[in-house]
Amino acid sequence: MSVQTERADTAAAAGIRKSDASPPGVGRDGENRGKSRGGAAVPYLLLLPALAATAVLLGWPLVKNGMLSFQNLNPRQLILHLTEWNGIDNYKEVLTGSDFWKVVGRSLVFTAVNVVLTMLLGTLIGLLLARLGKRMRLTLMLGLVLAWAMPVVAATTVYQWLFAQRFGVVNWVLDKLGWHSMADYNWFGSQLSTFSVVTLLIVWGSIPFVAINLYAATTTIPKELYEAAALDGAGAWQSFTSVTFPFLRPFLWSTTFLEVIWIFKAFTQVFAMNAGGPDRLTETLPVYAFVEGVGNQHFGMGAAISFLTILILLALTAYYLRTVLKQEEDEL
Amino acid sequence: MKRTASSAIRRLWPNATAIVLFVVFAFPVYWMFATAFKPTGDIIAEDPVFFPTDATFEHFKKAVDADHFWTLVGNSVTVTVLSVLLSLVIALLASFALARMRFRGRRGFIVTFMIAQMAPWEVMVIAIYMIVRDSEMLNSLVPLTIFYMVMVLPFTILTLRGYVAAVPKELEESAMVDGCTRTQAFIKVIFPLLAPGLMATSLFGFITAWNEFPMVLILNKDIEAQTLPLWLSSFQTTFGDDWGATMAAASLFAVPILILFVFLQRKAVSGLVAGAVKG
Repeated sequence: MSVQTERADTAAAAGIRKSDASPPGVGRDGENRGKSRGGAAVPYLLLLPALAATAVLLGWPLVKNGMLSFQNLNPRQLILHLTEWNGIDNYKEVLTGSDFWKVVGRSLVFTAVNVVLTMLLGTLIGLLLARLGKRMRLTLMLGLVLAWAMPVVAATTVYQWLFAQRFGVVNWVLDKLGWHSMADYNWFGSQLSTFSVVTLLIVWGSIPFVAINLYAATTTIPKELYEAAALDGAGAWQSFTSVTFPFLRPFLWSTTFLEVIWIFKAFTQVFAMNAGGPDRLTETLPVYAFVEGVGNQHFGMGAAISFLTILILLALTAYYLRTVLKQEEDEL
Repeated sequence: MKRTASSAIRRLWPNATAIVLFVVFAFPVYWMFATAFKPTGDIIAEDPVFFPTDATFEHFKKAVDADHFWTLVGNSVTVTVLSVLLSLVIALLASFALARMRFRGRRGFIVTFMIAQMAPWEVMVIAIYMIVRDSEMLNSLVPLTIFYMVMVLPFTILTLRGYVAAVPKELEESAMVDGCTRTQAFIKVIFPLLAPGLMATSLFGFITAWNEFPMVLILNKDIEAQTLPLWLSSFQTTFGDDWGATMAAASLFAVPILILFVFLQRKAVSGLVAGAVKG
């Protein structure tokens, strides 16, 4: 669930930023007093370990990745510890080959399908939670929490078993439903079917986060807004479009981008499910970089692919990152 | 008559949908445990046994008796606990500064951590491999621990910052009026109030570190230095199609997280949500 958590991470941060806007005024004096007592260097000293750790352990690999992408680094150079610079050869090879662009297209479609399904179904389930009575809500929440908490690698093995060719429960159900050709279907034999299973796994694991947080957000919508809408003669649909949706829009917006980040870089689900197979047809960008770089021992090439992957991710989320930066300016 | 029927349906469909959805979300987890406890005869049955009546521990025994199992449990626990504790200590200092003090560059630091927590670690494993190899630390738990620590650090800082900010400043101030230094006020007043926040925050750190897969996959080829996710992902291949043992292994791996999550989820989520939706 490394992935799962990351999702949780990012959303939390998106939120926490806002929470400290709520206790205003009172603190300002205290802060100044603290500052004059403690000395101006104190906050920097407190931040130093965190900043140093981040700079070294996150910053250095990023720089290193950039450097490696300009090197010819195959098993020979690796073993002999040689540094052979080869300019932009890696990038030329990656960008002019057809493989890379195929993988890029595949990753984009994969991300889009997963994000749309997650957001759509997650929103619907979140709204359903808000409509349910207490007992049914807790029941559904329990199911969601179980799926949320399930570690990714464990979930992946369970899905392999659910979709197993022999004795897999999914094939049995499809057969009983009258689709007899599925009785011995090999889900991991083709690109589309493998992606279907991976997508189901990811969407199943991602919905709880969206649904539970969206439900929590709906509980904070002031009741008066609905009363006012009802007085104005709004029906159920109108009060949704004029009250609920505008209230939830910022949440939906940031969650969508977080899901994009999370799903685009998903490695474990794809790799542990079928190692990018069959025939490397389900390799998404992170898996492709890994297989080229580590599997085929073209570390320089792998680094170039990684770097391009990060660029694509930045481009996909540039708009969101910009609003993050701007909000910070407004609120702090 | 017709009216009451349609309103009954209207009341019924959300509940019916909720039950279907509950089954959809809970079934894979149920099936994992059910398969793990079923006798092999029930697993390889032409018609799946949905409600097994006989239970066996034979699959768990097989999983636990697998080579290196206890070494890997030890590795996973060590790496997870150490990385989360380290990041909590570092994050506590940083979050206190970010929540309670006002200084030049504060906003920039917060943005830095927000961006850092979106870092695509999965795509950086090649560079990390080269760095660790050049430091001659492959097949060691040390690089795993410190990289996991940094992986969960930004989230821990930002979440703790919310919890620190939520402790009323007056408490701290009155402690200082009573003669405490700021450090004493922090230790005696804020820290005890932060305990639930620390637990909730560490939950997500535990999950991240416990689950991490790509980095240990590339760094530690030596089985003695691996962690449980690698063991689990290769379990099925190693044991052929022994789904009973594989599901027992998956259950063993999942149970600590499921327990932690169910206990801490409410607190953790409400902590996250309190931040996320208070406008």
